[in-house]
Amino acid sequence: MRQYVISVKVENKFGVLARVAGLFSARGYNIDSLTVSATEQDNISVMTIVVRGDDRVIEQVKKQLNKLIDVIKVTDHTDLPCVQREIVLIKVNAPASKRAEIYQLGEIFRADIADISPKSITLGVKGEPDKIDNFIELLRPYGIKELMRTGRVSLVKEQ
Amino acid sequence: MKANGAQIIIESLKKENVEYMFGYPGGVVIPIFHQLFNAPFKFILSRHEQGAVHAADGYARASGKTGVVLATSGPGATNLVTGIATAYMDSVPLVVFTGQVSTRMIGNDAFQEVDVTGITRPITKHNYLVQDVKDLARIIKEAFHIAGTGRPGPVVIDVPVDISNAEHKFHYPEKIDIRGYKPKYEGHPVQIEKACKLIEASKKPVIYAGGGVIISNASKELREFVKLTGIPITTTLLGLGVYPETDKLSLEMLGMHGTYYANHAVNESDLLIAIGARFDDRVTGNIKTFIPNAKVIHIDIDPASVSKNVLVDVPIVGDCRHVLNEINKMIKAPSIDPWIKEVMKMKEEHPLTYDQPQKGMIKPQFVVEEIYRLTKGDAVICTEVGQNQMWAAQFYKYTQPRTFISSGGLGTMGYGFPAAIGAQLARPDKRVIDIAGDGSIQMNIQELIVAVQHRLPVIVAILNNGFLGMVRQWQQLFYEKRYSHTCINFAPDFVKLAEAYGAAGIRVEEKEDVAAAIKKALSINDRPIIIDFVVNREENVYPMVPAGKSVKDTIMRELA
Ligand SMILES: Cc1ncc(C[n+]2csc(CCOP(=O)(O)OP(=O)(O)O)c2C)c(N)n1
Repeated sequence: MRQYVISVKVENKFGVLARVAGLFSARGYNIDSLTVSATEQDNISVMTIVVRGDDRVIEQVKKQLNKLIDVIKVTDHTDLPCVQREIVLIKVNAPASKRAEIYQLGEIFRADIADISPKSITLGVKGEPDKIDNFIELLRPYGIKELMRTGRVSLVKEQ
Repeated sequence: MKANGAQIIIESLKKENVEYMFGYPGGVVIPIFHQLFNAPFKFILSRHEQGAVHAADGYARASGKTGVVLATSGPGATNLVTGIATAYMDSVPLVVFTGQVSTRMIGNDAFQEVDVTGITRPITKHNYLVQDVKDLARIIKEAFHIAGTGRPGPVVIDVPVDISNAEHKFHYPEKIDIRGYKPKYEGHPVQIEKACKLIEASKKPVIYAGGGVIISNASKELREFVKLTGIPITTTLLGLGVYPETDKLSLEMLGMHGTYYANHAVNESDLLIAIGARFDDRVTGNIKTFIPNAKVIHIDIDPASVSKNVLVDVPIVGDCRHVLNEINKMIKAPSIDPWIKEVMKMKEEHPLTYDQPQKGMIKPQFVVEEIYRLTKGDAVICTEVGQNQMWAAQFYKYTQPRTFISSGGLGTMGYGFPAAIGAQLARPDKRVIDIAGDGSIQMNIQELIVAVQHRLPVIVAILNNGFLGMVRQWQQLFYEKRYSHTCINFAPDFVKLAEAYGAAGIRVEEKEDVAAAIKKALSINDRPIIIDFVVNREENVYPMVPAGKSVKDTIMRELA
């Protein structure tokens, strides 16, 4: 099982999300993340799907995605040079004694302080998924109260 | 021209040259029925929506045209589901209209509301919920285009009642452009060349042709290909008739109940040329031991079918007819004389057989053979599902495409009879015969009145074994002969049942009377005929490659 990043250009119509998601769920695949994004064209959206699966099955799903009438293009970003971004919001325990450390960590990752309360800080970070993974790991010892990732968007690099 | 949604539907269907619509009314489709009253095409009122969709499917398979269906919302729509899935699995073009509650009510659990587009999403090629009457004509145009092109399939259009009543100018688009849907008909020339080289160098090639060849109307091109190369050919269940089974090079059907020679030839081949077929598990058995020595060429219009179950050496994505045409232009015959000898020997040594006593008890296979003999192989045969279906496939020799109509992918009991009604409407020039089991025929028997009403002389040949025979066969062979709930000899009197409906009914209990009964049925032209053939109760279908097993595990006959 490997993690795949699949980018699907679709007609911006109701029902498309269900069609796309249905192809994964019918095979018992759990989608790690899925973002639906507006694009440079009004009537086209892009779905960036991160999913773990077996090679043969993912190959089949990509072909099935291509067959959907509302799908315009399917690109597998897994092995392509891409720029990828994701946003995370993390609410972390922050007693007065730990606050300075947390601020410092945040600064290194260019996090913005989204909210502060007497017991916790909420930080927002955007960046490559790896960077976000790292940031989360570093904050984990402080006690993460709540965490939310947007799921990534991915563009193939200009050659 | 100003029209309401209902009129737009009728006008659009006129533009599509629709001959028949199959369906059943209900509350939210009354506006459409109101307009249907004066429509120039014929409406066939089924007695259950499942009957309507199977009839449209049978019509489509027999004619090559798109079948059209109309049903009401809620239960009307859910009754269609099995029929839509049947058509989807076998790539049959249908455009199915369902009524829907008013757009304002959708999502409110309104009376007879179900999420039709949600329910049918995985069993349609595409579906639509119409939200604005302005889109209706375009959607219908797109639906026919999508249903009938590429790899065909059913398309559902869900029409809320307020859309049927809303007014708009009728304009049927001449052309449409769907950017996400551009089926590819031409095969890649480099791939075609590669395939030709492989074929020319092969020593033990076999052609494996499926329903795709029939759908793309490539029977002529396929026959030409066989003639040019001299390669033996086997077909899938849905490919029956695409090549004459009476020809020396035909190995007839392969798969779980295929002939010994088809399965063994495929197994020993060094090159398998798959055309419009999809390596279904009923064909391959255990995929790991399937074709141990063969390279594979796969011609199919659906890229998702290629390398799905079997890794393919030379994939050619394109329409079978186009691709075969190109191949035929350049192909040279391989030298395969020893292989042909070998295959012919297999054919001679292991024919399809069964034991028919001289007198008395009727073997179901014998009935099928007699139907073949007395119709001179010129009928359209529909089947139900189970043993009847397999015997119909094995013992009737098909020589023309679109003369064998059967639910292959979904295996839907109750398909055959309504499909026969549709096929008879499509082919008034042919005798249409549904080879049935006593179980399956009871699943859509209500459609009998439709055949009576329209004076369709469909013959239903029930191979009455008093069992859900195919399940009983598995119970006998693999489940200790425990016939749990498969005995159905608590049955109606099919002759009286026929008569109650105004059809003809004949019962046959002795072998000697089989021919006379078929002849009598063939002499009736103005109503359906049910022949109740009381056959040997525990006859089994052989050969049989048990599910998930290999050719070497084939059971050839009854073990004592
Ligand atoms: C709708 C449906 N339900 C159940 C089955 C499972 N099934 C496959 S064959 C079969 C028995 C069919 O019995 P019958 O129609 O009498 O035909 P026979 O096999 O005896 O020829 C059954 C129950 C099915 N294929 N379709």
